[in-house]
Amino acid sequence: MIVSLEWLKDYTDVNVSPETFCDRMIMSGSNLETMEIAGTDITNVVVGRIEKIENHPDADKLVICRLNIGDKEAEGKDEETGLLQIVTGAKNVFEGAYVPVALNNSHIPGPLHGQPKQEGGVDITSGKLRGVTSYGMLCSFGELGFEDKVVPIDQRDGIWILNLDRKNDEELQAKLGMGIVEAMELTDAIIDFEITPNRPDCLSMIGMAREAAATFGTKLAYPETQCKDETDDVNDYISVEVRNDACKRYIARIIKDVVIEDSPWWLQRRLIHAGMRPINNIVDITNFVMLEYGQPMHAFDINTVAGRKIIVDVAKDGEKFVTLDGVERTLDDRMLMINDAERPIGIAGVKGGLDSEITDDTKTVILESANFYSNSVRTTSKRLTLRTEASGRYEKGIDPNLTEAAADRFCYLVELIGAGKVVKGKIDIYPNPEEAKPVHARVSRINKVLGIELTREQMVSYLESLEMKVEGEGDDMYVTAPTVRQDIEIEEDIVEEVARLYGYDELPVTIPKGNNEASQSYSRDIRDAVRDSLCAMGLNEIQTYSFVSPKSIDNVRIAEDSWERAFVEILNPLGEDTSVMRTILTPQMLEVMGRNYSRNLPSMKAFEIGNTFTANFIDPMALPYENYDLSFGFYGAGTDFFELKGVIVELLNKLGIRDLKFVAESEYGIYHPGRCARIVAKHMAQLENGPLLEEVELGIMGEVHPQVAEKFGIGTKAYCAELTFANLIDLADMTKIFKPLPKYPAMTRDIALVVDETTQVGQIEEVIKESADEILRGVKLFDIYRGIPIPPGKKSLAFTLTYRRDDRTLTDEEVVKVHKVVLENLENKLNAVLREM
Amino acid sequence: MKEALQQILEDAKKRLQEAQSLQEAEDVRVKMLGKKGQLTSILKSMGGLSPEERKELGMQANKAKGEIEAMLNRTFEQLKEKAQEAKFKAEKIDVTEPGKEFKLGTKHPVTITIEEISKVFKSMGFTLVEGPEVETVYNNFDALNAGPNHPARDWTDTFYINDDVLLRTQTSPVQVRTLKSQKPPIRVFAPGRCFRCDTPDATHSPMFHQVEGLVVDEGITMADLKGVLDSFAKQMFGEETRTKFRPHHFPFTEPSAEMDVSCFKCGGKGCRVCKGSGWIEILGCGMVHPSVLKVGGIDTEKYTGFAFGMGVERVAMLKHEIDDIRLLYENDMRFIEQFK
Repeated sequence: MIVSLEWLKDYTDVNVSPETFCDRMIMSGSNLETMEIAGTDITNVVVGRIEKIENHPDADKLVICRLNIGDKEAEGKDEETGLLQIVTGAKNVFEGAYVPVALNNSHIPGPLHGQPKQEGGVDITSGKLRGVTSYGMLCSFGELGFEDKVVPIDQRDGIWILNLDRKNDEELQAKLGMGIVEAMELTDAIIDFEITPNRPDCLSMIGMAREAAATFGTKLAYPETQCKDETDDVNDYISVEVRNDACKRYIARIIKDVVIEDSPWWLQRRLIHAGMRPINNIVDITNFVMLEYGQPMHAFDINTVAGRKIIVDVAKDGEKFVTLDGVERTLDDRMLMINDAERPIGIAGVKGGLDSEITDDTKTVILESANFYSNSVRTTSKRLTLRTEASGRYEKGIDPNLTEAAADRFCYLVELIGAGKVVKGKIDIYPNPEEAKPVHARVSRINKVLGIELTREQMVSYLESLEMKVEGEGDDMYVTAPTVRQDIEIEEDIVEEVARLYGYDELPVTIPKGNNEASQSYSRDIRDAVRDSLCAMGLNEIQTYSFVSPKSIDNVRIAEDSWERAFVEILNPLGEDTSVMRTILTPQMLEVMGRNYSRNLPSMKAFEIGNTFTANFIDPMALPYENYDLSFGFYGAGTDFFELKGVIVELLNKLGIRDLKFVAESEYGIYHPGRCARIVAKHMAQLENGPLLEEVELGIMGEVHPQVAEKFGIGTKAYCAELTFANLIDLADMTKIFKPLPKYPAMTRDIALVVDETTQVGQIEEVIKESADEILRGVKLFDIYRGIPIPPGKKSLAFTLTYRRDDRTLTDEEVVKVHKVVLENLENKLNAVLREM
Repeated sequence: MKEALQQILEDAKKRLQEAQSLQEAEDVRVKMLGKKGQLTSILKSMGGLSPEERKELGMQANKAKGEIEAMLNRTFEQLKEKAQEAKFKAEKIDVTEPGKEFKLGTKHPVTITIEEISKVFKSMGFTLVEGPEVETVYNNFDALNAGPNHPARDWTDTFYINDDVLLRTQTSPVQVRTLKSQKPPIRVFAPGRCFRCDTPDATHSPMFHQVEGLVVDEGITMADLKGVLDSFAKQMFGEETRTKFRPHHFPFTEPSAEMDVSCFKCGGKGCRVCKGSGWIEILGCGMVHPSVLKVGGIDTEKYTGFAFGMGVERVAMLKHEIDDIRLLYENDMRFIEQFK
């Protein structure tokens, strides 16, 4: 809501600086967007009258004007005539025109005609134009800092003619040589307030004045609405019929003998400072009253209204209608229309029709001041995708009790500026008048919620300053707010009114009583531990959008019927790239790797913890399945499959998940078929009928398939993994139980085994572990060798086996016995032959 | 004999002074005191002397031996020291050579900011709770007093999965979940992701994070709200931070407020970060609306509460002077590593 402070002063006498005004309005609840002072940055620009225009001797497009600037001293003033010679290229100048004259050494905000805006404005000095001296410049609206959208259409190209209709010549004559800011009363504070959706009443000058009056303790004066001279009878001109409840109230008034012309400057200036362009007197008054009261109005030319009858009713399905902007629109039977006896003439609360528009020839005007249900206007506006100033206001809600005052104010202003003659009486259809209902509020409750001790009298004075009526006695207050305050419904609303006028900053500062132990979920604990551990191992954390393109799954070669395609789809995405919720994290990790690679980062190690989503097929209207995943991405020097595996194993150790198995996987599209593993944890599940060793899949890891890497623009080997958190959380065991340090020495045996190339280290480890009894405490691979003297197709694997007892020193014989079984089993089961070392 | 002893002593002193290495000193020891050494042979030759002479000479010889041993020890010490000095000199390193590279990983700046905020609220006894990113329309809007015509429900503002399910636009539905599952006293905060139909630009992102807070108990006042949030601001942005509460409107609180903090870059004088105003808008808050409490079946006469919510990206961007929100989700390693 743009508030002109000078205009606001018409309703309440706030006599403070614009800065103080804003500061105190902010603290009473009107939040400030911007504030600027109009009319600044203009110096040495005066009112002048063009006495004579001559052609420029050397330029067809320029003319030489001789300006009368009264007694104002200025460089270049002709000693004999007292006139000032100024050259201009503007086409709209004429002898007798009053214009703003920027004298030598003057300053204007600019920009100069046809040039870009210059920070700090423009200095004007005398200069020669094609050999003729110009002692300054004649200014346009734009050059004096007015935005293009508020400049009257007929003044946009050319100099600002102060007396376009020649009505105010006399007044201007007295102002010759006077500064333009003073002469046209341009100084004003233009304040843009943010109006929250609960306060549509503040989308009006009177509403803001009410807030200001309550804030500053000043009186609120309502505008004059009583016409002096009314003739004829409205019923002889028009009749109105309302056939639908969506129209809460309809008022029609008639203006006859209308003369369409420009509005007087004071009215134009008000509109301009409120950010609206002046059009003509009738349109300007409807806009002026809309800004004053917040009540949209519409004017019809009576000659276009068939049968001199207005019928408010819904449209016929499929009916066509051309709106003021010349666009043909298709209506349906949910849209409320204003019709004459034969056809629609306006879309209720949205926009008027082209055929019934006011023209320069209009002689008699029907003024509509009506109230429509916000939902009805919202629906219509949405279905037509047509939003207007009026529809926006109706959607937010308007008090139906405003329509009458606004209609009368319109007539008053018509009479005041002589735009026509007001016809007596009004048609007012208002079947269910709305009355304010009192709200019960307790003094004790207000104090209890705010933590203060105000008296009833203090509260009452705050409420009355907002034009609320307070009844009841003692603790009980029955508060009746003006009907414009549609937000006042319950006790808490009264609490807020008292609080904001008392001042939030005046409320005490206390700490709530009571002790609470801070905690968080186990799932969060695990996620925190994972983040800390991975960062300690040198991985960076990334965060990517929860939504992705469905194509991201194609790019990682996931099969057609996989669960990874069970997308939760967004009905109204910003674009295809963000149209489904992600089912896995790896595609986005690859995207981030590709981005970093393309920016020439030589290596990267990263992880992401994020939610993944899969559709709920059992009940599609219920929430989808939502689970945390953990993804990894490595590329660059020093990274390989086993580095990533090492990080994952160490992380799982941290979580107490130590019994792991990596199972080769060759079918998962993201990964190299020979370099991919499913990560499986062996876990002792406690079932009803005893413990059971389970194998739980935690995730998958591998070297990224070269085709996938290429798709994502990663020009080197890349490694990824993805683990599901649900299983990690199930299996994690963060309790740490101390085991006594070994008291007795361990014995180690190193063995080198020659095996087939296809035999896996994991198989050998498993056989060793199965074969040895509890004295075996460790198996560790320390070398892999291929080449002479190992035959082709074979490899040599060297392990250290550690044996130890906790209760005494092992004997050689014990170790020999166990070790022998280990070697036998290796040979029998895996054809692993001990190599001479 | 005496002369011979004197000669040996002189000789030993001279040789030891000249000794340059431990070996040379050892040679002196062997020559003088070894089994075939000069002093040893003198002692051996004492057999032919009279007891007095033997006693006399024995004393002198032992004295000379003691002197030589002392000299030897000193020399050994000096030479050892010298040798070590030489070794140290040879082993000198260039300490300006770079250290071996060890890299800590870095958490994402959004995580870091959430952790900072969490630490403050946990210290005030708030429990961390979470809710799903895909929520019901009811929890996100209806239960929070945002009726069927609330503008935020528009398809142009909110992402929908179907008529009943959406991507949550705020972390406030966690309030609803908490009120439904927990009895007062309630003191929780909820960090998490939110979504709104904003095309990405320097200041907008269709996905962002919020931290929500909710306190419900007997006798909770708006003064308590100010106390908790003022304390949060001081712990988060520095002890000298001042706060300002401005009236505002949210459907789920009444009265509602926005909290500004004095600019933590300039202290309130006005700078680029606070756009010259000296104040930075940080969060929205208010007393929980009775219709929200009623969703959890809470007796609104007995219990009152307050709630608040803040944007994590906004805090992170202000604190670290990040000028484009999109940087947060590009995940350029050079960006992330700046927050180590």
